[in-house]
Amino acid sequence: MTTRTMGEPIPRREDPRLVAGDGRYLDDLGRGALAAAFVRSPHAAARVVDVDVSRALEVDGLVAIYTYEDLEGPMAEPLPLLIPHPRLHAGRTAYPLANGVVRHVGEPVAMVVARDRYLAEDACERIAVAYEPLAPVVGLDAAVAAERAVHDDVPDNVAAHMVQEHGDARAAVAAAPHRLELDLSIERSASMPLEGRGVYARWDAADRSLRVYSSTQTSTSVRFALAVKLGVPVDRVEVVAPDVGGGFGVKIVHPWPEEVLVPWAAIRLGREVKWAEDRREHFVASAHERGQRHHVSVGFDDDGRLLGLDVEFLHDNGAYTPYGIIVPIITATQLLGPYKPGAYRAEFRSLYTNTVIVTPYRGAGRPQAAFAMERTMDAIAAYLHRDRAEVRSANFIQPSEMPYDHHLTFQDGRPLVYDSGDYPATLDKIKKLVGWDEFEAFREEARAAGRRVGIGLACYVEGTGVGPYEGAHVRVETNGTVVVATGLTTQGQGHETAFAQVAAEALGVPVERVTVVTGDTRRFKYAVGTFASRAAVMSGNAVALAAGKVRAKALRIAAEALETDPDDLEVADGMVRVKGAPEREIALETVAVLANPLRYAFDEQTKLATQFVVGRGAEDPPVAEDDEPGLEATDWYSPVRSTFANGMHAVVVETDPETAEVRILRYCVVHDCGRLINPRIVEGQIHGGVAQGVGGALYERMVYDENGQLLNASFMDFLMPYASEVPKVETDHLETPSPLNPLGIKGAGEAGTIPGAAVLAAAISDAEGFFIDTMPISPSELWALREKEDG
Amino acid sequence: MKVTVTVNGQERSAEVEPRLLLVHLLREKLRLTGTHVGCDTTSCGACTVLLDGTPVKSCTMFAVQAEGREVTTVEGLAAAGTLHPIQEGFKEEHGLQCGFCTPGMLLASKALLEENPDPTEEEIRWALSGNLCRCTGYQNIVNAVQWTARKLQSDSAATGAS
Ligand code: FES
Ligand code: FES
Repeated sequence: MTTRTMGEPIPRREDPRLVAGDGRYLDDLGRGALAAAFVRSPHAAARVVDVDVSRALEVDGLVAIYTYEDLEGPMAEPLPLLIPHPRLHAGRTAYPLANGVVRHVGEPVAMVVARDRYLAEDACERIAVAYEPLAPVVGLDAAVAAERAVHDDVPDNVAAHMVQEHGDARAAVAAAPHRLELDLSIERSASMPLEGRGVYARWDAADRSLRVYSSTQTSTSVRFALAVKLGVPVDRVEVVAPDVGGGFGVKIVHPWPEEVLVPWAAIRLGREVKWAEDRREHFVASAHERGQRHHVSVGFDDDGRLLGLDVEFLHDNGAYTPYGIIVPIITATQLLGPYKPGAYRAEFRSLYTNTVIVTPYRGAGRPQAAFAMERTMDAIAAYLHRDRAEVRSANFIQPSEMPYDHHLTFQDGRPLVYDSGDYPATLDKIKKLVGWDEFEAFREEARAAGRRVGIGLACYVEGTGVGPYEGAHVRVETNGTVVVATGLTTQGQGHETAFAQVAAEALGVPVERVTVVTGDTRRFKYAVGTFASRAAVMSGNAVALAAGKVRAKALRIAAEALETDPDDLEVADGMVRVKGAPEREIALETVAVLANPLRYAFDEQTKLATQFVVGRGAEDPPVAEDDEPGLEATDWYSPVRSTFANGMHAVVVETDPETAEVRILRYCVVHDCGRLINPRIVEGQIHGGVAQGVGGALYERMVYDENGQLLNASFMDFLMPYASEVPKVETDHLETPSPLNPLGIKGAGEAGTIPGAAVLAAAISDAEGFFIDTMPISPSELWALREKEDG
Repeated sequence: MKVTVTVNGQERSAEVEPRLLLVHLLREKLRLTGTHVGCDTTSCGACTVLLDGTPVKSCTMFAVQAEGREVTTVEGLAAAGTLHPIQEGFKEEHGLQCGFCTPGMLLASKALLEENPDPTEEEIRWALSGNLCRCTGYQNIVNAVQWTARKLQSDSAATGAS
């Protein structure tokens, strides 16, 4: 039978190229292209009074300087609001270059194009912008107080206000035998891929066509956006995502100001133009996430079972809302995790501040949600003096209750219905893995040795694989190679390998024969993008469906050639054979030849398909009316709704009694993302996710001062964990297939990050004996908390 | 001004401005784009190359400071189309995802193993703690270095025996 490829931990085919230094990242392209650099606002809020470029004109190698005044037509309008929502009543987006006002430090005011980046930056330095500074709105308190407005026409700074409710949560809380109120906050962090954003554009004036390379998570959508902004017919625009050095959410935003300005300048100048973001720019001019403040009122019974849950939270969306209110919607809905909340109400306000925009970062609102929910669970357990795992267990949705309808609306506008999952089994596994029941003995032992240790547990459910759709094209070439193209993009997830595995299995060919292209609109034009842990679910299934169609066609053609019935055939190892009579077989490449009746021959293979060799009946057209030439097919996967993965993390920490330093002794993960395509890739996603979760819990935060200056806009001051900080991760998994898609897959990309803050807060609280309600937490903050506790 | 550097065993010269960084000499003048730039504060190590065998951050040196010295970049690791064992190790152990940090990680790891052929996990983590990776969580990078250490040891045992 077919060599199994699905589920095998095969090595990645992208690696030989990448370890050799042969990757093609954005800044590796476009040698000789002109370089763009940007003059950015040093103020969080200001009026732009004057831009004086005279001194910059002296720079040798300067090609052009552009300000807002140079923009026309759609370029002079605000950038698109990508995801409008009826509750986003005051959505605002930026102009490509500041139109008289700047609303955060880093907002682009002028673009310089020069012979190289050194010269472009020389010119930037010589441009004198006169600003009239305004008092900025920084932080949620200032946004709520609304003494000043970020946007003059939004005086209360509220971009969106949304309530979702199932049952009468407030009444349920009021009537419950036990009640708790909690305030829980998470600070800002960011995706921080090691490669920043970047754009490189080539305009072919004779052909009137534009090729743009962008370090993006969605090349297809950048293409449509550019066509609109630049007024170039969409069929004259191609967008390619080359090798991308990480995304983690930030690169789903598009079109960025730079992403429209660089091609726009390339067209105007008739020259190739490139811009590669530097790290400081990435800090002040891309996007952040996470900053939220939650107030939880919860009512529960003697077993800790939730009766009513009422959550209000404030979301800091920064200066603009190009990505809509996806993040707070996800928090509001995914907060429920694996639990039945009784009556539930979530209300949020999304507020403007004079800071960098906020858009999804791996986890996308879920780390905050898990923090709010899991801290609540811990608080209930503490209040009732019950085991934390037991309280969670009392609230689990049971496998027999699947599909489970929460009667809320998820981020894709579809009902929040969990498709499958076995939460009690996941809990059993994580307890076993971390040694939950034996921990008290370990604590005693540690205590006797003068050490302080604690254990934490956190659960999550993650809606993955949101629609609307992805597609794939699969073609068998006449040399037997299988070429797969899908429109969504890749930022290190190993899609070339995983999708090859899917195609190989669906088609019955050795995986080595399959090549995969992603994120290139020349190869596949319709796609949504890579985000929301959707690639494996969406494109994985699309590839399987398209390959299935190709297989069916191959069987039909082979059946004609072998004079048998398609049902009697099978495909294995690239051969179509008669079941039970393997000597009657035909190679897939020969079927590909037969599929394409030819007038001309180019080689021995194609000779077999020319008009004097093969031919249907004299009265039949060479290609039947309902058929197409070639052994290829396109198909699409569009799910009715998301599929819900789940998992639990448990962590053991030790806190230093003197320095309040936190050391992670064990980090355990049990996850269930349905059927696996490639376990080693999934495992890698978990490791990387955990590293970001740990970073977000213990080290990373954006520190703005009251003037809206980002004080730690570098890797020197924004503490991303190194190998010396990230713990070893112990994993175990369950495979509860999704009933929603043919492959039974659920997404895995974000899972590792989600419970990081929740689980570490729990473990540190447990070690210290007091409740932690704000994350991240630094040693000095922990030390200050100790001081406060001690009075 | 003119600078002459031996890069991956080959003498290369270029006309440069004194302010040109070594990483830009490599990437832009010599077209060796395997060395990446991830930050502007000498923090990430994506630009790590070996200078006379010692790992340095090529974003923190002027090209002219490398005058007359030997630079090894990721492109110089494989010999005659055969991957260096450290490249093999990263591939075998899934030590990379997006691959952006990888060239720097490879060179830092190579230098470690030359100095310490049998490092502990602790030592590996410490030796790589000037290199950021945002994708892998480092675990498989550590495994990759351990894999390579074993491989190099068994290779040298084999040559020693023959
Ligand atoms: S680019 Fe050299 S250390 Fe980051
Ligand atoms: S593999 Fe992406 S940064 Fe290391």
